[in-house]
Amino acid sequence: MSPYFHSVTLDEAKCKGCTNCIKRCPTEAIRVRKSKARIINERCIDCGECIRVCPYHAKKAITDPVSIIDDYKYKVAIPAPTLYGQLKSAQSRDHILTALKMCGFDDVFEVARAAEIITNETKKILEEQKFQKPLISSACPAVVRLIQVRFPNLIDNILKLKSPMEVAAKIAKDEITRDKKIRQEDIGVFFITPCAAKVTSIKAPLDKEKSFVDGAISISDIYLKVLSSLGKIDKVEKLSRAGFVGVRWANSGGESTALGTDKFLAVDGIHNVIAILEEIEDEKLEDIDFVEALACQGGCLGGPLTVENMYVAKTVIKKFIDEAKETGFETASNENYHYDIAWTGKVEYRPIMKLDKDFDIAMKKLETLHLINNGLPGLDCGACGAPSCRSLAEDIVRGNANETDCIFKLREKVRSLAIQMMELEAKMPPVLDKDETSEIKSKKRGDI
Amino acid sequence: MSDGIIRKSFVIPANDFTIAGEASSSVKKMLIQLGADPQKVKKTAISMYEAELNAVIHANGGVAEVEIDRHKVFIRIKDEGPGIPDLELAMQEGYTTAPDSIREMGFGAGMGLPNMKRYADKLEITTEVGKGTVVEITVFLTDNEKEDH
Repeated sequence: MSPYFHSVTLDEAKCKGCTNCIKRCPTEAIRVRKSKARIINERCIDCGECIRVCPYHAKKAITDPVSIIDDYKYKVAIPAPTLYGQLKSAQSRDHILTALKMCGFDDVFEVARAAEIITNETKKILEEQKFQKPLISSACPAVVRLIQVRFPNLIDNILKLKSPMEVAAKIAKDEITRDKKIRQEDIGVFFITPCAAKVTSIKAPLDKEKSFVDGAISISDIYLKVLSSLGKIDKVEKLSRAGFVGVRWANSGGESTALGTDKFLAVDGIHNVIAILEEIEDEKLEDIDFVEALACQGGCLGGPLTVENMYVAKTVIKKFIDEAKETGFETASNENYHYDIAWTGKVEYRPIMKLDKDFDIAMKKLETLHLINNGLPGLDCGACGAPSCRSLAEDIVRGNANETDCIFKLREKVRSLAIQMMELEAKMPPVLDKDETSEIKSKKRGDI
Repeated sequence: MSDGIIRKSFVIPANDFTIAGEASSSVKKMLIQLGADPQKVKKTAISMYEAELNAVIHANGGVAEVEIDRHKVFIRIKDEGPGIPDLELAMQEGYTTAPDSIREMGFGAGMGLPNMKRYADKLEITTEVGKGTVVEITVFLTDNEKEDH
């Protein structure tokens, strides 16, 4: 897999080349060229912000079609807890899980269950107090990638635990192999995903290890199937195993509330996340042990591949959280898990903003950048295809754009050319000079 | 930049906390674009931010002059504020003369100068009561520079 695999891509036919996505992209990763939005691969963190803002639905996430499950003998669905928030008509979580299983799966394993295991491990790490404060959750892959490209000083703060999705896939495969004697390679585990970032983390894992997940199906793709299966359930299977702690992870703040400490901060929405990470990097945030940062507003419930309005989904999932509280599910704390859930790979800094690898050349480019930027109108209109005047100036020094890409600069240039032409137009070589004044002039000169 | 130095100056506005820190964050951005080591960027950003904030809180603002070359960042923050009567005392952690109104906003915890000292490689403060204060911060961008200068 290429190092720059991205789930977020462009549907060329639908793109009108407007400025909505370039303006919202948190890493300035999009430029409009030839009336189409182009994603700069090394900058994109797959947060899905552009998918959300595109009025023409030209930005899409590459997910796997539901038919991918046919490639495997034994098919397992691992739904993100966000799925529950999409189905307000469902009586219980078991109804949802049964309906999901009826969509062609042999088994269903809740990611919420694995989330509880992560919660327990995180608690242990917090108790030991041997970490660089504050610990930053690694649950949202877009945030981890954001840190990788924009906040190198915070790489050591990332919680080095696998995601609930990976842990769920591993446990599902291990349990099925153990109990049903099915070979691991015959088992296909499919994540039912609310976002593009998770897809990228499956296809191009950060720590460069192979993912345990075999495919990602978007919630929006499978939604109708689940909905129609809900109406056809004969016998509800007891498939839910997670407690309320795990289900609550779908909400922003769900992961941190479970940790039993008040010294946490939960932030959602990629632009808010950036503001908080800036504060952490500049050591302005004190007395915080844990930071839960989610790229989507409202947490995973606000994911770009969901179908239900985030606020509605919040109300719906509350019902299932309360239900889980009442039935008194045991959380993972009593059980002994021997799965190694630590991250083994290394997250490396990718300095995307650097102007040149040579410091002296970078200095010259920076100086030129400031000069160009001072000459630009500062309207940040986006008509040049870059999100702001400053980023156009940056593109120019990088050799990817021209000053006349700015319509104001272009107009200035056309105007000064026009003035020059008018001035030239007024001049007449003496041999052709036939107007009155020139006749008088020639008489004065004593010509015939 | 013919002499290999980038020079920038910033006006630090008085009593405006909403834009306090703009100068240090634009210096931070410049250093990132130059590809400076992230750790050095952080040292510069924090020490400059503290000096900037001091000028806002105590001195009705001031000016910041920044010089960046291959080896170091030099920051001079000048104000025409009240000056510091006892510099040694002011360097102590937790010592503050910030009014309550500032402390209520979460600033003025007495960590400004100590933090500057902690993060700057070189810190020089010239101050005169009634006249003002000049804070000079140097952060070296290459590791072997300390001995040379």
